[in-house]
Amino acid sequence: MKSPGDTALAKIIVVTSGKGGVGKTTSSAAIGTGIALKGHKTVIIDFDVGLRNLDLIMGCERRVVYDFVNVINKEATLSQALIKDKRTKGLYILPASQTRDKDALTIEGVEEVLQELSKEFDYIICDSPAGIEKGAQMALYFADTAIVVTNPEVSSVRDSDRILGILQSKSKRAEGGKEPIEEHLLLTRYHPGRVASGEMLSVADVEDILAIPLLGVIPESEAVLKASNQGTPVILDTESEAGLAYMDAVDRLMGEERPLRFLEVQKKGFIKRLLGG
Amino acid sequence: MGIFDYFKTKNAPSSASVAKDRLQIIVAHERSKRQQPDYLPQMQQEIIDVIRKYVNIGNNDVQIQLDNTDDCSILELNVTLPEQN
Repeated sequence: MKSPGDTALAKIIVVTSGKGGVGKTTSSAAIGTGIALKGHKTVIIDFDVGLRNLDLIMGCERRVVYDFVNVINKEATLSQALIKDKRTKGLYILPASQTRDKDALTIEGVEEVLQELSKEFDYIICDSPAGIEKGAQMALYFADTAIVVTNPEVSSVRDSDRILGILQSKSKRAEGGKEPIEEHLLLTRYHPGRVASGEMLSVADVEDILAIPLLGVIPESEAVLKASNQGTPVILDTESEAGLAYMDAVDRLMGEERPLRFLEVQKKGFIKRLLGG
Repeated sequence: MGIFDYFKTKNAPSSASVAKDRLQIIVAHERSKRQQPDYLPQMQQEIIDVIRKYVNIGNNDVQIQLDNTDDCSILELNVTLPEQN
C-alpha cells in the first residue's frame, strides 16, 4: 500500500482485445482483485461508457451513485465516485456512465483523473470497451502495460493484432517516443480437448502469430459464468481451474515464475470416450 | 471423439491448422500495410499520373513499397511498362 509522500507513480494496466465478448471485463475483475489480494492498493476503471458492466461482474451494481464521467465533468469528486470492494481489502471500482456516450471522455479529463488516482493507488486497471475506436483508444492511451485478451479463434486473434498496432502507434508512450507499452497475451476460453483434436488453435499457434509474451492461459470453465451470475470475481473461486489460472497470471505479472497448467486433456472414462462428448 | 470419428478420413488438415495458415497470411498483410506511412497511397497515385503523361499504364502497373531497416529506408518502385509494338 502507498505510504503518504510516496511519489512513485501508479502502474497503469489496460485490459484490451479489439473484439468484444472475449473476457475483458471478467479478466479485469479477476486480475484487479488478484493484485489487491497481493497487498497493492488497486482501482479498476470501467471505460465502457454507455455499456457499464464491470459493476455487475464485481457485484457492486446497486452501490453505484456517481461515475467516471461525473468525475471528469466535476459533478462529483473521486472519493464520491469510487466504490470500495466489500470482499477484497484495498480494492476500488470506478464505474462507467450508463447514460452518456464515449465522447464524454476526453484525453485531458482522463489524464486528470488518472493523475489523481496515481497519488493514492499502486495499480490502475483500465477495462477497455470493445472495438478500436475512441473509447478503446482512450482506455489504452496512458497505459504502461497492456494485457491483450484473446480467444483461440480467428477473428479474436486478428483483432488482437490490430489492437497491438494501436498500442504501438497511438498510445502516449508511442507518440512521445518513450519506452513502448509492455504487452502481454492472455489466452482465455481455452479448450485443451479441442486443441488436442485439432479443432482449436493451440497456445503455441497464437503465440506464433501474435509474437508477444504469454501472461497466462485461462481454460474454458463453468466457474466463470457461475462467478458472473453471483457478482464475484472468478479469481476468488480457488476451487476452479479458471480462478487458479488467473492467480498464476497475476503472479507472473508481478514477476514471479509460474509453470502453465490446465493445458492437458482430462482423462475421460472408457464409456464416455466410446460414446463421444 | 466418438467411435464414428475413427472412420473419418485422416488426410484432411485439421481445421486449427487451416485457421493458423489463414491468420498468418492476413496478419502479415495487415502488418505491412500498417507500417506504411499515410502519404504512400497518394504518392503512388501521383507517380502513376506522371508516368501516364508519357506512357499509357494501368493503375496496377506501379507497385510501390517502403522497407525500413535499422538505419535506412528503401522506397522500391516497380513500373510495368506495356509491350512496345
